[in-house]
Amino acid sequence: MTIANKASRAPKKLSMKQRYQVLTRDLDWEPTYVDPKDVFPHTEFEGITIHDWSKWEDPFRLTVDAYCKYQAEKDKRLYAVLDGFAQSQGHLTLTDASYLNAMKLFLQGVTPLEYQAHRNFAYLARHLNGPGPRFASLCQSIDELRHTQTEIHTLSNDNKYYSGFHNFQQMHDRVWYLSVPKSFFGDALASGPFEFLIAIGFSFEYLLTNLLFVPFMSGASFNGDLPTMTFGFSAQSDESRHMTLGLEAIKFLLEQDEANVPTVQAWIDKWFWRGYRVTALIAQMLDYMLPRKVMSWKEAFELYFEEQMLKGLFADLAFYGITPPRHVEDAIAEKEILSHQVYWTLYQFSHAAAFTTSVPTAEHEKWLAETYPETFDKLYKELWDKERENIAGGGRHFVRGLPQLCQVCQIPMLFTEPGDPTTICQRESEFKGEKFQTCSNGCQWIFEREPEKYVQAWLPVHQIYQGSCGGPTVPDVLAWYGVQEGDSGEHRGSLDDRRWQEWHADSVKEGN
Amino acid sequence: MTTTTARNVGVDIQESEQNRAVVEAIEETNPACIVQHMPGLVRITCPKRLVITRDSVEQKLGREWETHEFQMAIVSYFGHIKDWDDDEIVIAWDH
Repeated sequence: MTIANKASRAPKKLSMKQRYQVLTRDLDWEPTYVDPKDVFPHTEFEGITIHDWSKWEDPFRLTVDAYCKYQAEKDKRLYAVLDGFAQSQGHLTLTDASYLNAMKLFLQGVTPLEYQAHRNFAYLARHLNGPGPRFASLCQSIDELRHTQTEIHTLSNDNKYYSGFHNFQQMHDRVWYLSVPKSFFGDALASGPFEFLIAIGFSFEYLLTNLLFVPFMSGASFNGDLPTMTFGFSAQSDESRHMTLGLEAIKFLLEQDEANVPTVQAWIDKWFWRGYRVTALIAQMLDYMLPRKVMSWKEAFELYFEEQMLKGLFADLAFYGITPPRHVEDAIAEKEILSHQVYWTLYQFSHAAAFTTSVPTAEHEKWLAETYPETFDKLYKELWDKERENIAGGGRHFVRGLPQLCQVCQIPMLFTEPGDPTTICQRESEFKGEKFQTCSNGCQWIFEREPEKYVQAWLPVHQIYQGSCGGPTVPDVLAWYGVQEGDSGEHRGSLDDRRWQEWHADSVKEGN
Repeated sequence: MTTTTARNVGVDIQESEQNRAVVEAIEETNPACIVQHMPGLVRITCPKRLVITRDSVEQKLGREWETHEFQMAIVSYFGHIKDWDDDEIVIAWDH
């Protein structure tokens, strides 16, 4: 602000609109001795028609000075909290060491996506024709790098005391369940600039962002994890700008040319389902991994998706002829069963993961039964009852085989037929004489729309069988993943659990 | 959930000392809004349209406040940011 006052000899300060016009839009120029098509070569091949790039709106009206000022302030606030938490041994005030499984999943699965987002928004900041979306993309690119850094900094304090945080980037590239978020984002990175805007800008950042991030952050708040809550909200304050970029992107494409509408609709259909499948990991996190529950997956889905998006946003987009995403009714029908199916699978495979799992306690089961009155007692309680008998007999079980993965979302075949929660859903498609398996109508539709793309998927289980993952045995593969003693398996009696008990026993004895 | 036909818009604000004034100002400017407290954040929803004015926030805060500062408070929103200028921020659906 002071810069403008000093530098300008004009009697009056410019308004926000004028400043944005002068400092963001007016810095652009028309190329004269190079064909614009050579300057921006990537914005035609997807078949999107843009008539007038100046029609792109940026309601935030950000300028470089305002951006730097507020981002610096956000970082200052965050680092003050990190210092305070570390200095006061804040990790000992968490609800339980098992809470950190949610954060391990976050660091391994989400933080590397922030970095990929940083890269691709930097690409958009160069390659979109209009100065408005280029500047918004530049800001988002820098934001995403900030998120990567602040998340790593924040969680590095947990890495001093707990397992599973030490090798997140290598794990992201190699471990089976992390191929779910990684391949999701890889799919978006391998798309053209406009599809990426709908995939990440719109579907991920607007449609699903509250399901993805707010549960983590409110979960952190409820479980005594002040630094995570703070970086989360600090990142989310940027996220509201990202949501706006996504929403402006879709409106812009729809308003520029009617011929864009069917292409955009197909991208919404694809990217809703792709993103929704990634949220399966969040669903189990909310209902099973948080020791103190914030809200159930079902509640979060109803509030953030059905209420806000289907009733609010899609009613608005109907104006352009856009309909709610294809297969959305399958997602709604799954809301009472999703988290239970996913956690039951992760429980049985956590010997090969970089987090730990446990049978729900009696109190936790009571909450599950009350929150899911239609499904928990009827379908899932008996699994856990049986497992408790196994454990009493000394046999906590892990699945020793490897699961068939979905060719598109890369999640093991654990989902059930629509309307029949006891029959596993598996779809088969053929492409060039080979058979490919998908987990749902949604993923099959996506596969058959672009089979050339999905046949190239790097499926962790196939790769293990092909000998690309360190060797044929579980210890070979875990060593190749970079998983160490204490990272995986049963939580009760694990390294983290034993240390937690010790630290808390000490504090009773010594009074500190 | 609500059964009203008017579509809601809303904003989630980080719960903090300073933001309390912002929340109070929003409540005063939008009498129809509903304020819910959730872990770490305050959620404000309002039928059709939500307005945040510089004047009302400055009065509550007792100091100058530029609308850009709202970026420090906001966690998420739903609706469309119709306008964001020196004097007010308007969240509404377009159609």
